[in-house]
Amino acid sequence: MNKTDVLIIGAGPTGLFCAHQLGIIGLSCEIVDNLDKAGGQCIELYPDKPIYDIPAVPECTGEELTNNLLKQIKPFNVKFHLNERVEQLKKNQNRWHVKTSGGVEFDVAAIVIAGGVGSFEPRKFSVKECEKFEGNSLFYSIKDKSIFKDRTISIFGGGDSALDWAIELSNSSKVNLIHRRDGFSGAEASVQKVKDLNNQGKLNLFTKYQIDSVSGDKKIESIKIKHDEGEIKEIKCDYVLGFFGLIMQLGPILDWGLNINKKTIEVNTENFETNINGIFAIGDICSYPGKLKLILSGFHEGALAARGCFKYAKPDEKLRFEFTTTSKAAQERLGIKK
Amino acid sequence: MAKITYHTHDNKTQTIDVQNGLTVMEGAIQNDIPGIDADCGGGMACATCHVYVKEEWLDKLPAKEDGEEDMLDMAFEPKNNSRLSCQLIVSDELDGLEVNIPSKQG
Repeated sequence: MNKTDVLIIGAGPTGLFCAHQLGIIGLSCEIVDNLDKAGGQCIELYPDKPIYDIPAVPECTGEELTNNLLKQIKPFNVKFHLNERVEQLKKNQNRWHVKTSGGVEFDVAAIVIAGGVGSFEPRKFSVKECEKFEGNSLFYSIKDKSIFKDRTISIFGGGDSALDWAIELSNSSKVNLIHRRDGFSGAEASVQKVKDLNNQGKLNLFTKYQIDSVSGDKKIESIKIKHDEGEIKEIKCDYVLGFFGLIMQLGPILDWGLNINKKTIEVNTENFETNINGIFAIGDICSYPGKLKLILSGFHEGALAARGCFKYAKPDEKLRFEFTTTSKAAQERLGIKK
Repeated sequence: MAKITYHTHDNKTQTIDVQNGLTVMEGAIQNDIPGIDADCGGGMACATCHVYVKEEWLDKLPAKEDGEEDMLDMAFEPKNNSRLSCQLIVSDELDGLEVNIPSKQG
């Protein structure tokens, strides 16, 4: 059981800055995120795209913003729990017990949901029967590539993940790469490599095809793919891999009894608390009249929510407003030596 | 101003007057038309505002920019008439445009 003052759900810019604000006022926190790294949409959707509307930062990329925020919270030694999605929530007297998908448990005084548009999860095939084989012969990510050795693999997608795995697995497996069009979004060098491998007969490339059906008893035995013009091909294979990027899903938070409206959580604008005492929501996931989905708004919301958490974490103490320029306590927490 | 017709997957049809300069995505969001999620808010960074454009409109729309087709690879059941509605900026020329919204976005 991880005992801390505040659990932050979501390691995007808003969640990271909220951790900073909690640290400044002397509260501890830990952060959970379903991605394998901090940064949220900034790192997953647009790491290289410049952002021009962070106050006092004329231009920075999503990756730079994330790295700077991580640097800013370094003094507080915030513990991250990545690749974890929050699932169960239980009230225990004045505290909350939260459990994640991987079984990590937290005992906290308050919760700040900074979940953006939800947790990132792989986009799946639209064909219904695919569900049946998921996790046994159909995957959206690879944990153990050794299972593919000397087998026939059908890979779907046109981005870097699909291309990289097609190239890598073609060394020791029979690989079919299937993509909906002639163009690819992956790196040019990888596209060329895939085409070369196809020409050398080391990989079979099918473009303008999409999945039509999968069949098999316990495991996948064959799939059918359909050309843009209607022609259907049957391919025997042992495994199917789909790489269609990630989609954001609100997930189990939906069942926590929060007031949810169009995938956002209603909050008050005084301290960004939700309809449940001790649970706050900030950033893209919160809604209130006039809400702007900007990173700078998330920073403001995080600063107020952090202060809102104080009375739950330290009910017997009074929070005094202080500036980092002059507060000895804040400077000590930041580890500043004079 | 242009009249944009949205056909949702439950076979309902709504025709909305959308102001010039807004996107077809915004026209749907502002009028509570279901089925367009627009998770990234119009940044061409997701594919959850995906629509199917009525065939006769395909050639009349501005061509796809770099990146739109890449994002469409990620869409739910993309077809030849797939577009991201956040990239369709409404103008008088789009008056009468009809789009079908897929059964889901992911």
